[in-house]
Amino acid sequence: MTTVTEQATSDSVGFRTEIRDWLAANCPEEMRDGTSGEDSICWGGSTWVFTSPAQKTWLDRCAARGFTVPTWPKAYGGAGLNRDQDKILKEEMQRIGARSPLDSFGIWMLGPALLKFGTEEQKQQFLPPIARGEIRWCQGYSEPGAGSDLAGVQTYGADHGNHWVVNGQKIWTSYADRADWIFALVRTDRDARKHLGISFVLMDMRCEGISTRPIQLISGASPFCETFFDNVEVSKTQVVGDINRGWDVAKYLLTHEREMISNGGNVLGSGRALGAVIADAETGQSDPVLRADAMRAEVDSLALEMTLERYKDQAEGGQGVGDASAMLKYMGTELNKRRLELVMSAEGTAALDWQDSPASDWLRTKANSIEGGTSEVMLSIISRRILNLPG
Amino acid sequence: MAKLIQTEEEILLSESANGFLNKAAPVSRLRQMRDAGEHSDPELWQDMAAAGWAGVLVPEAEGGSDMGHAAAQVLAREMGRTLAVSPFISTAVMATTVLRNQSGPQSRTRLQEIAEGSLTYSIALDESAKFNPNSINLKAEKRGNGYVLNGLKPFVVDGGMADRVLVLARSEDGLCLFDLARDTAGLATTAIQMIDSRDAASLAFENVEVSGDTLLGDPGAGLELLKPALEAGQAVLAAETAGLSEAAFTLTTDYLKERKQFGVTIGSFQALQHRAAHLWCEMELTHSAILNAGRQLDANPQNATLAVSVAKARATETAQKVVQEGVQMHGGIGMTDAFDMGFYMKRARVAAEWLGDYGYHAAIVAKLRGF
Repeated sequence: MTTVTEQATSDSVGFRTEIRDWLAANCPEEMRDGTSGEDSICWGGSTWVFTSPAQKTWLDRCAARGFTVPTWPKAYGGAGLNRDQDKILKEEMQRIGARSPLDSFGIWMLGPALLKFGTEEQKQQFLPPIARGEIRWCQGYSEPGAGSDLAGVQTYGADHGNHWVVNGQKIWTSYADRADWIFALVRTDRDARKHLGISFVLMDMRCEGISTRPIQLISGASPFCETFFDNVEVSKTQVVGDINRGWDVAKYLLTHEREMISNGGNVLGSGRALGAVIADAETGQSDPVLRADAMRAEVDSLALEMTLERYKDQAEGGQGVGDASAMLKYMGTELNKRRLELVMSAEGTAALDWQDSPASDWLRTKANSIEGGTSEVMLSIISRRILNLPG
Repeated sequence: MAKLIQTEEEILLSESANGFLNKAAPVSRLRQMRDAGEHSDPELWQDMAAAGWAGVLVPEAEGGSDMGHAAAQVLAREMGRTLAVSPFISTAVMATTVLRNQSGPQSRTRLQEIAEGSLTYSIALDESAKFNPNSINLKAEKRGNGYVLNGLKPFVVDGGMADRVLVLARSEDGLCLFDLARDTAGLATTAIQMIDSRDAASLAFENVEVSGDTLLGDPGAGLELLKPALEAGQAVLAAETAGLSEAAFTLTTDYLKERKQFGVTIGSFQALQHRAAHLWCEMELTHSAILNAGRQLDANPQNATLAVSVAKARATETAQKVVQEGVQMHGGIGMTDAFDMGFYMKRARVAAEWLGDYGYHAAIVAKLRGF
């Protein structure tokens, strides 16, 4: 037993050294500024304008090494790392303050769905361009009449033999105006029960009949759009999973999304650690109520981190996280909202300026407990599926 | 560090502990003891010792089972579920941790006696109404080869029954840790009528003369000796508290599925469902913190303070929420002595204060996190 452990340790030491050397040689200096906010993200896609040559270099080098999607198989553009190796890579990147080379809905959501439900052709066609940051995806789930009741989607694909003709509207489609492709939930059988008549469909945003309109949010940003489908023709080869069984794919993806959002999330932009803000800010030191709230938030954050770690260990041991992802989503997003409220309080009037303040991040966090399933929906899932309370 | 999931051995251990405790020490046993005015259960402790629980941290060379902190937490969690009464944390966790780090034949002998269940300990630490091991004023004056102790320890858990007591006192060299027999002359024990019906006592020291060999380690090293023991005790008490929460929560959700009002089970009301679901979420986070503390103590005990304080703080807070909601969701019956929820609530309150409350541990977390 000792030899196994020692072996694993020496392997991971070797791997760490290899990663450290690679990062030292390949991560451009400008990409080591430790930022993780909205402005520093590289989303990729055909219309992406790199914020600097270094951002492009960093993306290309990581993509060549499989490090934009480290845990995906090498055949689809990943590096085939196991979780321990992936953790080492993340730790080493964090150590030098390296930015994430690429963030996208393709990586977080569609990729995992394709890996599980996609055909070999679909994997070959879509995964490598996601890994290289060439195609940017958006998610077409919510509709004006289908929010928390997501399975009530009415965007309809009429059957025309080998293709559908899609009509309808999506809303809260993140970055639809900049996306190359969309994965969407489309009703393909109006007679079946609502969960059993939905297909998970991939569409090129350049298709005739698709248009988008950004929605301005309270944070000042317009990350979400309305997306309209007006007689859009879609081949039936572009369905992921079985026709009319798109809810299975959607549920799997929602689980994934919930874990991601609760993970502190690449898109949450929570910036500096709460402790550091409280320690620096004048009010953070002098206000006992604020300090007490910050202490509570810190205790809870650490317990959440440990829970993420535990669930990953469980998943690796073959026990899926399943419905408990609702807990991660609920606790993670509510905590993140608390943290940003505290950051705003700690910085006082200095945080009221739009410039160089946490104000827009603070406002952005308010969506965390709505998107991907509201806190209330999460609690209902836990109540029904975990506690078995009567529906 | 080992993974944050229970190993097969730990699952087996918890199942066998659960089976044993449901039979030997269900909540009805605590009720019986309370009604009879008893505060400890020596027979149960003998059975626990026979099962290797008293020696859970005692080295095998001294007859222990040496299963480690995570295993001690597994046992404590099960004891929490049934509110089993034992000197497990004082004796098998804290005193054992202190003695393990002592050299010399006397400590070896005492460890053997702990493992076989023939020796119990209490820790005399607190001097005010709040846990604060830095604020110790019980006087230890040097006299000849020994010391004379004077002062009061008003809250000593297991202090009424334990055979020996570890006493933290202040000498001219700083804090000193003494290992005394409870029947040492001049040491007066007054039982406290505890809300959780368990053993605790006030220990008064009046010119207690002790020999030099009762001092553990060097003069001034008292807190240093005690620190790993306190952290082990806090982590294991957190596990007991979590077990208590889980049992009180199960009582509550069972009731939600059974109690009918307005012609339906009250568990069908969303107002109650969401509150129950929230409690479950809190327990999940707390469970992770507790597992993590046990793993840290087993893998890297010198560096476990943060993990332990997160676990103790979370366990304390979660239990408070669970028992309070437990009574509220039960309605009137939750207020009755005939129902068990009150026993959980009272133990949760004692466990919250013992070895540091939420605020004490949250402050440690904040300090270690740089604010």
